[in-house]
Amino acid sequence: MARKIPRPFVLGLVAGAATAVFAYACRTTGPKGVLDGDVASRVYVAPGEHDEFYAFLSGGFSGQVTVYGLPSGRLLKVVPVFSQHAENGWGYSEETKPMLETSFGFVPWDDAHHPQLSKTNGVADGRWLFINANNTPRIARISLETFETEEIIEIPQSAGNHASPFVTPNSEYVVASTRFSVPVPQRDISVADYKAAFKGTISFIRANVPGQMDIAFQLVVPGYNYDLAHAGKGPSYGWAFFTTYNTEQANTLLEINASQRDKDFVAAVNWRRAEECVAQGRGRDVPVTYAHNYMGETRVARSELKRGVRVLEPADCDGVIYYLPTPKSPHGVDVDPSGEYIVAGGKLATVIPVHSFSKMLAAIEAKDFEGEADGIPVLRYDAVLAGEVQNPGLGPLHTEFDGKGYAYTSAFLSSEIVKWKLGTWEVVDRIPTYYSIGHLMIPGGDSEKPWGKYVIALNKITKDRYLPTGPELVHAAQLIDISGERMRLLLDFPTLGEPHYAQALPADLIKDKVVRVYDIQRNRNPYATLSEADARVERTGGTVHVYMTAIRSHFSPDIIEGIRVGDTVKFHVTNLEQDWDVPHGFAAMGVQNAELLIMPGETKTLTWVPKQPGVYPFYCTDFCSALHQEMQGYVRVSPAGANVVLTSNGAGQSRVLASGGGR
Amino acid sequence: MIVIRPTLNLLVVLAMLALIAGCGSAEESGEPAVAVAGGATAALVPGLDVTEDELKYGIGPIRNVELGPLDDALVARGEALFKTKCMACHRMDDRYVGPALRGVTERRTPEFVMNMMLNPGEMVRRHPVARAMLAAHYTEMPAQNLTEEEARALLEYLRAQAAEGQADRGGTTENP
Repeated sequence: MARKIPRPFVLGLVAGAATAVFAYACRTTGPKGVLDGDVASRVYVAPGEHDEFYAFLSGGFSGQVTVYGLPSGRLLKVVPVFSQHAENGWGYSEETKPMLETSFGFVPWDDAHHPQLSKTNGVADGRWLFINANNTPRIARISLETFETEEIIEIPQSAGNHASPFVTPNSEYVVASTRFSVPVPQRDISVADYKAAFKGTISFIRANVPGQMDIAFQLVVPGYNYDLAHAGKGPSYGWAFFTTYNTEQANTLLEINASQRDKDFVAAVNWRRAEECVAQGRGRDVPVTYAHNYMGETRVARSELKRGVRVLEPADCDGVIYYLPTPKSPHGVDVDPSGEYIVAGGKLATVIPVHSFSKMLAAIEAKDFEGEADGIPVLRYDAVLAGEVQNPGLGPLHTEFDGKGYAYTSAFLSSEIVKWKLGTWEVVDRIPTYYSIGHLMIPGGDSEKPWGKYVIALNKITKDRYLPTGPELVHAAQLIDISGERMRLLLDFPTLGEPHYAQALPADLIKDKVVRVYDIQRNRNPYATLSEADARVERTGGTVHVYMTAIRSHFSPDIIEGIRVGDTVKFHVTNLEQDWDVPHGFAAMGVQNAELLIMPGETKTLTWVPKQPGVYPFYCTDFCSALHQEMQGYVRVSPAGANVVLTSNGAGQSRVLASGGGR
Repeated sequence: MIVIRPTLNLLVVLAMLALIAGCGSAEESGEPAVAVAGGATAALVPGLDVTEDELKYGIGPIRNVELGPLDDALVARGEALFKTKCMACHRMDDRYVGPALRGVTERRTPEFVMNMMLNPGEMVRRHPVARAMLAAHYTEMPAQNLTEEEARALLEYLRAQAAEGQADRGGTTENP
């Protein structure tokens, strides 16, 4: 296959790289950045003191979310979301396995990119964190009371759920869209039919009631790549903006073939108009299936397959979508705190274009279109442009705001953050990052009220920044002070997986409402053992249920006999503790999935299918007390068909409800 | 492997405490206990980290409990709570993880019993009686996140158990 690389493009890149090297060499700061004498005190959080901000970093290809304190950069927690987590049994325990169900079946991993805090009136409210799964399109909701994933919804008719899950100002919706256009509906056709049959979809998902996340509607759009999004706010409330690239509709070697045009588009979607159209019964219901998984009050997740989604074509709903021409393969699209400016990071562009929302409305009113793309009006660039930031660094990607009139844009190729002024579009400061910054994050920096004290750079490459650890190196974040006129580098800290994007908010918004224990008297797990008096074993056919309690420092029962090879054993372990920070662990030799960590007051279930006769110890894995090492027990496994009586030393009545098993 | 043995020092403390505990059990039941005046911090008992009042009433939020005739509804509520939150470690007549509990309401003031339930962490660190119990039982009594009202129900249940066992005592291996 012939691969043509357009010469002007190559020349442009070479020239760009040369400029970057030159810009680099001419910086006055060394590789350690501008480090003043008092930098250490700015990030020092004394032992026992708390950080000022919670920061939530995506784990990228780890599939999880990490919680850091700022300014210290200390890792506080890993929240398992889309990937099985053997460390605490997430996705292994019977209570959590349904959370990873999809219409494709059980999916044990994903690639999590964009954390988004729930908002009220355009400001982070500390209720939930949403995050997208790129690979098998899903959106998760994490409670900021429990720091646990409580709900996951799959996005049908999608692929590469990248422009997601950006929230509207009152968390009415989280959005999703297709990075990879796909056949809509999905079917077995040749990729050669891309232009005719492949489509994009933009989805709006109801998100403001726990347990009731649902696809409100999908907009079918031309088969471009939809990359990032942000909702309008203030005057642009009711709109959401999505970047597109590959308007060339290439389907092979995109790095060349999708970089041909000078401009792609920002799609402006009027979601309130879409609501009207849906209310009027426009569009059609498409019988696709998608999973909705929810861990409610019972703390036992349930997965249901939903069927049917309302689909709108742009032709069904005039005025629902417009395209704003935007140079060149734009990546991030960010709306300033006032809601007027829409900043697009054209990753191959030499300027940062800033669109004006009010000019956009005027241009729509005046029908100031330069044409149509698949029936969608394309506005004139000059009619919507507020200004262009010149010399913004190479490869501008994402912009956040400090609430004081400045914007901060990450530049991937030149590895720097560029600070510029809204309105005058002049660059006022720049600082190198180490290296290859993707997203950047100011606490509240994509909201109506940024807490503009720090920005963190989320870097893809660390090379020489840390001690070497073989071919695979950590990614990293860099904390930069933006409280003064000049940006100041304060701290590097390594991160888990890929810290793709992040969100942060003042700790005071969350810390006093964090759940410390689950109330044992409200434990509604059907397999809970709420008193050691009821600890027991029960056989139902080939399944043996072990109703077990744990409290410092013993399990009950701790001797179980009468299991046979061929049985399925379910350990239902209830932690009777009601004290903060006293989880118990449960692990048994030869169990082929994971351990359990059981928080105070909750019940978790581990399934085991023993394969060989013998006596198997089990023990507590989470150091719980001075006698933790005494917290153990034994399970005897007899051959299939053996007639060892099912017994345990639990105080409850152990019994055979239905015989069987043993073959 | 962790091994905890009572040291000689602890044994001495235990012996001292047996005396103190003896004083406690002389408390007349039925007589309303005198509340510690708020803010009036009495001097520490020589050699100990507690005041006279703390020694008698325990360390915690409970200052004064009025006892009446047994309240059956409260006893029933206490029994249900006991099954979930206490019986994994306590039996009435035998030492288990923690000490046997029958008659504890006669050996201790009601305030002491409730403070032990509500504030076991501080009790075990500071109160000589609780420290001695830890030395004897090894496992620190967990806080079970009880409300004062729940602790009161548990106290009523323990009072009922004390009454039930009047005729049949002697199985107790040691006194909490």
